[in-house]
Amino acid sequence: MARAAVRGRLTWQLTEVVESIEETPRVKSLVLRAPEWSGHRAGQHVDIRLTAEDGYQVQRSYSIASAPEEQSLVLTVERLDDGEVSPYLVDELRPGDQLELRGPIGGYFAWDTSAGGPLLLVGGGSGIVPLMSILRHRVAAGNNADVRLLASWRTAGDIIYGAELERLGRLDGVEIIHTLTRDAPAGWTGRRGRIDEAMLGDVGWAAKAAPLSFVCGPTGLVEAVATGLVALGHAPERIRTERFGPTGG
Amino acid sequence: MSFVSRGFHRRHTEPGQEGRVPPGQYVTTDFPVLSAGPTPHRPLENWTFSITGEIDEPLRWTWDEFRALPSENITKDIHCVTKWSKLDTRWEGVSIDTLLDGVETSAEFVVAFSDGGYTTNLPLADLKGGKAWVAFGFEDEPLEPEHGGPARLLVPHLYFWKSAKWVRGLQLREDDEPGFWEGYGYHNYGDPWLEQRYAGD
Repeated sequence: MARAAVRGRLTWQLTEVVESIEETPRVKSLVLRAPEWSGHRAGQHVDIRLTAEDGYQVQRSYSIASAPEEQSLVLTVERLDDGEVSPYLVDELRPGDQLELRGPIGGYFAWDTSAGGPLLLVGGGSGIVPLMSILRHRVAAGNNADVRLLASWRTAGDIIYGAELERLGRLDGVEIIHTLTRDAPAGWTGRRGRIDEAMLGDVGWAAKAAPLSFVCGPTGLVEAVATGLVALGHAPERIRTERFGPTGG
Repeated sequence: MSFVSRGFHRRHTEPGQEGRVPPGQYVTTDFPVLSAGPTPHRPLENWTFSITGEIDEPLRWTWDEFRALPSENITKDIHCVTKWSKLDTRWEGVSIDTLLDGVETSAEFVVAFSDGGYTTNLPLADLKGGKAWVAFGFEDEPLEPEHGGPARLLVPHLYFWKSAKWVRGLQLREDDEPGFWEGYGYHNYGDPWLEQRYAGD
């Protein structure tokens, strides 16, 4: 496996919330002004630290949604009802508030234009967030790697970045495919059902195209997709995974 | 500590867990899965465990030979760098002391290596003295592939990425060679009580 250079120390830094965008009733994108931010690679994440008045602290990791080219650092957060951090980020945090974080973290689940394509991006629910950073980077950098993004949602109302994905899907070399695992609205033209080997064979790249695949979502989806891709003949070392457990908080 | 997150209040209280949960961690009852790539599925008939490197005669066990070694039941708290801790996890495994019994080596470091290409580095001293195992059972069942089966390293006093899934052997070394995540900026040692998550922590 490839190895990246070890970076310097990751120090905590204060950012300011510029905007909180409601993507769905459960999901918000936090647009942050981060003057000390040293930049990131598409696909990396940050650690957030919250501090209560009594000094109690709690930390969680969140994927970066923005491209490295963007002025602001954008995190997209799904509210987990029994979580300790995500309800605060989604329901309480508002423009003008400060948010403490450090990063960027990770480096294997990351894509640079030099890695080329074709790219297969497979996401389940909020697992799309680091894939969105990759897709936005591909577009912002003017790169021409062919990319297919397959996103799985419970219902059409759960789709994050819907309008932007529709716009990006009209670009040359970019294909966006949604699948709904529960109810589909009348006139739905996307896929239905959970992602399995058959769906990957249908909408993914042929193994001989040797795509680089990034898979992010709940464990069940990641296992099914990674195993399905291997069964279809894709090389395991070309499949990178990241998982969102139910306890992401 | 001067910064306070406006409007943030402690939501979870964890009675009886004082002193058991390292800083920055929270307790989960799930068993989240983390890995960088597809889950390898190694048939037991071509599984082996090897000890290589700074050793006169490299050691190697087949699955049957490995399972014939004395094993132990282990109950430990585990701590993942992604912030979750899981208390009182029950494992069955072979102590590294058993595997290294009678081995003479000048090595001070180890690189554990796994199916799928994963590696992680540890001081040899952290694997000895009843602190580390090659685990093949979890909660009275064979260890599932998602969680590192057929066998994974279990080094519960360090962050759990050091407990290499799908482990196939240990390379004994005189020098300290960073493993997979250590090469991506994670801490070289990974003591959860010192919150050594990333390089420089």
